[in-house]
Amino acid sequence: MSRETLIDLLYLFSATTFIVALKGLGSPKHARRGNMIAAFGMLVAIVATFFKYVDGHALHHVWLILLAMFIGVIIAVPTARFVKMTAMPQLVAIFNGVGGGAAALVSITEFIHIKSSHPATYVILEVLLGVLIGTVSFAGSAIAFAKLQELMTGRPITSPGQQLINGLVGVIAVSLIVTILVTASTSLLWILFALSFVLGVIFVLPIGGADVPVLISLLNAFTGLAVAASGFTLGSNLLIVAGTLVGASGILLTRLMSKAMGRSLSNVLFSAFGSVVTASGATTRDDGRSVRSGTPEDIAILLGFSSRVVIIPGYGLAVAQGQHVLRELAELLESKGIEVFYAIHPVAGRMPGHMNVLLAEANVPYEQLLEMDEANSELATADVALVVGANDTVNPAAVDDPSSPIYGMPIIHADLAENVVFLKRSMRPGFAGIENDLLYNPKTTLVFGDAKDTLTKMVAAVKAN
Amino acid sequence: MHNVLIQYATVLILTAFVGTEIIAKVPSILHTPLMSGSNAIHGVILVGSMLILGGATTNLQEVLGFLAVILATLNVVGGFVVTDRMLEMFKPRAPRVKETPTDEVAP
Repeated sequence: MSRETLIDLLYLFSATTFIVALKGLGSPKHARRGNMIAAFGMLVAIVATFFKYVDGHALHHVWLILLAMFIGVIIAVPTARFVKMTAMPQLVAIFNGVGGGAAALVSITEFIHIKSSHPATYVILEVLLGVLIGTVSFAGSAIAFAKLQELMTGRPITSPGQQLINGLVGVIAVSLIVTILVTASTSLLWILFALSFVLGVIFVLPIGGADVPVLISLLNAFTGLAVAASGFTLGSNLLIVAGTLVGASGILLTRLMSKAMGRSLSNVLFSAFGSVVTASGATTRDDGRSVRSGTPEDIAILLGFSSRVVIIPGYGLAVAQGQHVLRELAELLESKGIEVFYAIHPVAGRMPGHMNVLLAEANVPYEQLLEMDEANSELATADVALVVGANDTVNPAAVDDPSSPIYGMPIIHADLAENVVFLKRSMRPGFAGIENDLLYNPKTTLVFGDAKDTLTKMVAAVKAN
Repeated sequence: MHNVLIQYATVLILTAFVGTEIIAKVPSILHTPLMSGSNAIHGVILVGSMLILGGATTNLQEVLGFLAVILATLNVVGGFVVTDRMLEMFKPRAPRVKETPTDEVAP
């Protein structure tokens, strides 16, 4: 068997492990093993690549490759290992971004390399797509990282004529692509590279924090597609398979997330949602209605007399870092024979499945985490719905107020429970800037304060009773 | 006609269908690990980056290839480590003594 055939067989093995890994994610039981298998497959592919011939000779610069890998490893391992779990969304964003950047660089370099041999138009097109998509993903992920890390505001950043500017940049990019296809000009390719960077930045700036789960899934898909494009250019089935798998997963997640927001993808991406308090918001509702507030001790008593409690977590829980105390409270209630569930909205938090990871970190068993539909059928028989740091995801306006900007978003029906308790920092409306009628409902009690403090007091009070 | 192109397109289309089938079965509680795990998988661009640097013939190509290998290594190593760290946390209900039977009974 020739050397190249053997390497190709090893690549085929790697591609198979990637599919096995994704299949493993079908259940939490096999997921971790699947990830290990994919990591092993990746290692096999990388080692095999060292023995590959390029243009008829063994790899040049092996030491340079090892040095670059070493630099990558010493940055990545400590970052991935020790960054706090709260920083998970931005970590996922940045690791996604660097992959896009690498794909763009691979495409550019390959173009410079093969340019003298007058590549076919379709080869140039693959290069251009790799550069465009990869760079947009890189720049977009960097801005998403900055927003999540709070290096800049999480609110949408808009300017007058933004749509016009975006459109103009888009048109220039397309005409550049056409020109490069005809002329195969390297200098124009660099201009496209720079322009893609700008495009990535101005594409993400107007997207607000609550819409980041959609954005992050989309950027994930972009990097996958950029890698697949590089695979076409380099003639590598492995890159095409891996890139396409990721592209498919990213696109599917993007669709699921926009569906969970009840909005179209283009609405999420281009409407700068949350930048303005809409007319149907606070102004019309400030009519002297009163809310009922309670102390953590009141709630502890209420919980003590319940037989079924559903906890609805939101981004506020992650911000307050209250997940461990919350789990303590839930376990305490369970020990008193009270049934406790967590109701998870798909877009709660800053990335798909954010609340699940947050609660898993606090050792909440995954059987207790209910998806939205399941949770809604449990809520009808619940004594207490305990809303911790969530707002828009339980806002009934999404169901009964057609004028509301979130109308059509599937929600968790906290209002079905006998009693509703909100742990809130203030009366400030949620991210979307929409007033929540549920706060004024007679069966609702509000406990103001930091969620972690409040939960700690509740734990103490439940213990005392 | 370009036969290779058709071969690559075949791989692309079949993978897209296989991928969609598998990924649609991932439960929503694992959506974050799915994203992070697929992140790690596109780190396979490291293979491409190695080939680029290994075939570099000018200084410019060397610099670009070197950068690509660093970025791709960050992607692949960071991706797998973060995913593993996440998946490690997902645990089923541990059999605990203090758990009461009423826990399983509907009211």
